[in-house]
Amino acid sequence: MVKKMIISSENEEFMRKIIELSGEIVTMCDQCGTCSGGCPMVGEMDITPSQLMRLAQLGVSDVLDSRTIWVCASCFTCTVRCPRGLDVSKVAEAMRQIILRQAIDRIDIRAIPKEELEKLPQIAMVSACRKFTS
Amino acid sequence: MKIGVYVCHCGGNISEVVNIKEVMAFAEKQGDVVMVKDHAHVCSDVGRNMVIEDIKVQGLDKVVVAACSPQFHGKTFMATVDKAGLNPYVMEMANIREQCSWPHYSLPEMATQKAKDIIHMAIAKVRLDEPLARKTSPIGKRVLVVGAGIAGIQAALDLGDAEFKVYLVEKEASIGGKMVKLARTFPTEDCAACILSPKMADVPANSNIELMTNAEIEEVKGYLGNYDITVLKRPRYVDIDKCTACNDCTDVCPVVVPNEHDEGLTSRKAIYIANPIAVPHAYILDDKSCLGLFPLACTKCFDACEPGAINYDEKPQRLHFTVDTIIVATGYDIFDAREKKVYNFGPAENIITALDMERMIVHEAEGSPIRDIGKRIAFIQCVGSRDEQAGNEYCSRICCMYATKLSQLMKRADPKRDVYVFYTDLRAYGKGFEEYYKRAANTGVKFVRGRVAELFEDPVTKKVLLKAEDTLSRQIIESEFDLVVLSVGMQPGEGTKKIADQLHLIKSPGGFLQEAHPKFRPVDTLTDGVFICGCAQGPKDIPDTVAQASAAAARAIRLMNKGEYEVDPITAIVDEDLCCGCGTCVSVCPYDAIKTEMRADKRVAKVNEILCQGCGSCSAACPSGASQQHWFRTHQLRAMITAALGQEES
Repeated sequence: MVKKMIISSENEEFMRKIIELSGEIVTMCDQCGTCSGGCPMVGEMDITPSQLMRLAQLGVSDVLDSRTIWVCASCFTCTVRCPRGLDVSKVAEAMRQIILRQAIDRIDIRAIPKEELEKLPQIAMVSACRKFTS
Repeated sequence: MKIGVYVCHCGGNISEVVNIKEVMAFAEKQGDVVMVKDHAHVCSDVGRNMVIEDIKVQGLDKVVVAACSPQFHGKTFMATVDKAGLNPYVMEMANIREQCSWPHYSLPEMATQKAKDIIHMAIAKVRLDEPLARKTSPIGKRVLVVGAGIAGIQAALDLGDAEFKVYLVEKEASIGGKMVKLARTFPTEDCAACILSPKMADVPANSNIELMTNAEIEEVKGYLGNYDITVLKRPRYVDIDKCTACNDCTDVCPVVVPNEHDEGLTSRKAIYIANPIAVPHAYILDDKSCLGLFPLACTKCFDACEPGAINYDEKPQRLHFTVDTIIVATGYDIFDAREKKVYNFGPAENIITALDMERMIVHEAEGSPIRDIGKRIAFIQCVGSRDEQAGNEYCSRICCMYATKLSQLMKRADPKRDVYVFYTDLRAYGKGFEEYYKRAANTGVKFVRGRVAELFEDPVTKKVLLKAEDTLSRQIIESEFDLVVLSVGMQPGEGTKKIADQLHLIKSPGGFLQEAHPKFRPVDTLTDGVFICGCAQGPKDIPDTVAQASAAAARAIRLMNKGEYEVDPITAIVDEDLCCGCGTCVSVCPYDAIKTEMRADKRVAKVNEILCQGCGSCSAACPSGASQQHWFRTHQLRAMITAALGQEES
């Protein structure tokens, strides 16, 4: 069934929050799809980067439930190619921050088995903690 | 002295930011001000009549109009006070729109303060304004048209038909510009060469047009009514009058080089004809690719030429002439797709530009295809347009429609072809465009909404892998095509950049030439007597180009037809008592309007008021303050500065 989208003043508030946190004027996105076409991680995402931008424009907070914001590797391929000069990875980072600032972690380090921890490179661990934990 | 101040709301443009009541109360308190009024649009008929009425009934002798830029409505209000019997130069405009309400819209209180300051300055100046006498100067009927693409051709023909003398200068060997390369024109699908060739043929047939091809403007000196032009005519080595275009020279020429007319997809000889409908219809020897002229390495073409049209000794010529007005129609260049690295244009043989495609379609229609076009073809839109990474923010306006045209021409020529157009937004804004877009969809062309991210050519199969998002279905497309066509945008041509420097024309942010006013003076420039048209002014299609070219011709005719024009009395004047005859002003004057001469016992500077354009260079340079500029004299400017600093005049 097709879901109905209700756009209220809360959406506007959410959009403003994204703009404030990311510093990117998300309304500038003209939805050309360049970011998605070149994204090396898009195969692992549930929504495409341009879809993420679309939901940010409309202030749909459901975007926070997407896998995409965590999968984004911040490789900046989209950033260097965006015809409007937008930084999509900053927008994804802003969305992660909204969740992390509520002390909701994406990973639980204690849950990682000891054998695996021993195999993981240190730098990967540090990066994961920075990106996925509050 | 009775000064009237009129504060304009500009229909909200000013009044939504600036507090009009506060500004009016401020103006009322100024000395000599006897009347302050406001109006929604002072420039309207009602507004202007109000000013006229007040001047007549209240006996105002000075007027301040606080409204927009004098660049915009200065002439309007000068005419208004003139109609009421006042000299136009005792009216001052206080620019509280462009210099106040527009840039400071977010700071209304400070904008109101600034508006007061601007009006204060205008009142201070208008007190010291004196009537200036207007003069006229004779003007002839000679026009230089730079560039002979469709814009230049149209302007030249209109002027020639109206009995004006036209010098048409084209840098290429033939006139016709870019249009000569096109297969068909959208949305009517007229054959471009078929509709252009009669127009091209009309040029040499028009006795009022003097055509110079293979020539460029070397120097422009002077001013409206008296532009001295130097044209450098490069040698053609072929006598246009003797050449019969028999092709004997080309047959024997041993040199083979890429043919520019076919975007390098085919080849030509060193002696060649620019295109099949070239005007002048004569051959040209390309001295860069010829085996050698100095010393002569080969004389095959000379020996083959029966009419004896070839002359290896031809030298570059400098031609000098004088014109009254200039029309710039220098056109555009296509975006260099190599700059867009992600599209791999250049090394990949199956990634081409749309102009390449135009040439391929022409050759295919003539039954001699250049190469196999393939079955699966993709067009990529916005290459070099609407792209900050490519440095061009603007939309090139023609690419949506030419891709719509090329895609359906290919599809109709071979319905088995699978044609896709990858677009960002499809802009079918012109007359008949939407219908044409619909027709393409009906032909079976598939439009995909998504800007292509990357292209790769398979080193073995030479097929092109395309990556993009279909932003409507939110699926990522990774597919192979036989041929990918880049819909390259327009950018200002080299000729446009050069002429802008020579004529001191202002450029818009995209680098195209700036018009005097986007709405009401779309083909004028801020340089008197210089007009612009076609893609030199900005990206546009053929109908818009032709309309603008005719408009430029009409504007030039309007200026020249009376045989005289009004000279602005804002010129330099020299106080002979102060002048020490040092000649500094003579050396800085860009118009050669100042000479020094003996007067009684000393040497003094003398200004020719017709030549003087009132640029103010001499006034700024004069070490003794002897050189002044009417309407901008030192004491007038000092009064404005004093007012700006919030002080009362001493």
